[in-house]
Amino acid sequence: MAKAKVTFQDIDQTVNVPAGIRVIDVSEKIGAGIIYGCREGDCGTCMMHVVEGWNNLTEPSVLEEKVLRENMASRHDRLACQAQIIGDCTVKPA
Amino acid sequence: MSEHDCNAIEIAPGVHWIGALDPGLRSFDMILRTANGTTYNAYAVRGSDGVAIIDTVKAEFADEFFARLAHVARLEEIRVIVLNHLEPDHTGALPELLRRAPQARLIISKRAPAMLKALLKPTDDALDVEVVDTGDEVSLGDRRLRFLNTPYLHWPDTQCTYLVEQQVLFSGDVFGCHHCDLRLFNDRVGEFRFSFDYYYAHIMRPFKSHVRDALKLIEPLPLTLIAPAHGPILRERPRRYVTRYRELSSSGEGFDRPFEANDQPASLIVFYLSAYGSTTRMAEAVQAGAEAVPGLRVSLYDLEGSEIAPFIDLIEEADALAFGSPTVNGDAVKPIWDLLSSLGGISLRGKIGAAFGSYGWSGEAVPMIEDRLRGLKMRVPVSGLRLQLTPTAAELDACRAFGRQIAEAMTGTSNTSVSAERVIDFAELSP
Repeated sequence: MAKAKVTFQDIDQTVNVPAGIRVIDVSEKIGAGIIYGCREGDCGTCMMHVVEGWNNLTEPSVLEEKVLRENMASRHDRLACQAQIIGDCTVKPA
Repeated sequence: MSEHDCNAIEIAPGVHWIGALDPGLRSFDMILRTANGTTYNAYAVRGSDGVAIIDTVKAEFADEFFARLAHVARLEEIRVIVLNHLEPDHTGALPELLRRAPQARLIISKRAPAMLKALLKPTDDALDVEVVDTGDEVSLGDRRLRFLNTPYLHWPDTQCTYLVEQQVLFSGDVFGCHHCDLRLFNDRVGEFRFSFDYYYAHIMRPFKSHVRDALKLIEPLPLTLIAPAHGPILRERPRRYVTRYRELSSSGEGFDRPFEANDQPASLIVFYLSAYGSTTRMAEAVQAGAEAVPGLRVSLYDLEGSEIAPFIDLIEEADALAFGSPTVNGDAVKPIWDLLSSLGGISLRGKIGAAFGSYGWSGEAVPMIEDRLRGLKMRVPVSGLRLQLTPTAAELDACRAFGRQIAEAMTGTSNTSVSAERVIDFAELSP
């Protein structure tokens, strides 16, 4: 199975993960500072900033783009409950 | 209803209260009690070029709203309907108002469109909606409505509307309270300061940093009158209510600042209950372990010996909370759940949480508490600690290590907790 490294910058912790996993599923287990609301891509609570490896996350859906816009996301912000890891990346709470 | 029997009441030149009185209400939104009901305040503002309606009322009170409205405006004169807040107690009469005044344009904040759709469930896109932000204005001819975007007071969509020429602030739920009094104005109604503070504590307090952001917009405004969406209209010394919000939202600021900038040391509170003393011994060891890390104040409380209310302020200002519970019949004990279901009035977002406890044969309490802490938007960086029955010396060492790990996560000094090399495999993480 393809692997990737995701680094949570706020707690300086890197995790080797199977590719395809959502950021939420890793950050919650490791206790990183990204926090969650609906977990369904609606509320925007889990917005995170992608420090490195923007292209190593799955593309945001039209719905995620909409929620990001409504929550005044800045460039390279994503929803941790939607973004799937497909390569090495570094994230932190937005 | 005597003198106010469905009349509109002029609160400023050309500005009328057209709201509704609900004196029988005793419980609002299941979280607030009120000893004399509430009001749903709506307003009509007449300009030389049409009428603006600001908010409506709860659906059951629509007839009262339309009766008052009929005293001051014809439906075809309504040019705009401003919605400061979409909660149904202010938008209940909106569908009927839109049916009766279809020419009116809706004015909402930039976070409101999705909510408005969810609220009205329109079958087509016929709604005439204008989205406004801070500083935007709508002209009524000889007077202007200016908007202040004040999100999270207490929903994402909330905004305030300022009638520039009359210096009237239609503040939505901000500066409101559940207090129903026919005399309507703050200088005529009975004592309501306790209702004002109580409303703040339950509705606005979880969003205190947003309150402070909103006050930056509100405080510079000249104010002759504040017209909130609930409770008395504040015409006598309106600024003192702004000052009161500043006071209330400035307390307990420590949590909002980073640890190193704090005057106070970072605070860890350990709550516990114990049936036979094992969880007590664990709690004491957790405290001892945490205290070994410099720059912390650690407090230890047995929940069996206290009411919950006195802890709320402490919890709001704490940086980390640890909960120790035995497992009884496959669950954490009730006082833990009582506490963890009493925290809706404060923000726990981003605080560190942890759970531990002694158990007899199953030990479900610890993961159940951890799930609840995550649900409260806390971080749980150190996996919970469970011990079976009586702790041994080695197990108490593990409790001290657990306390130290929590402390290190708080102070950012952790170098041993998860992995020395800071890289871990996903499969190693606990389920």
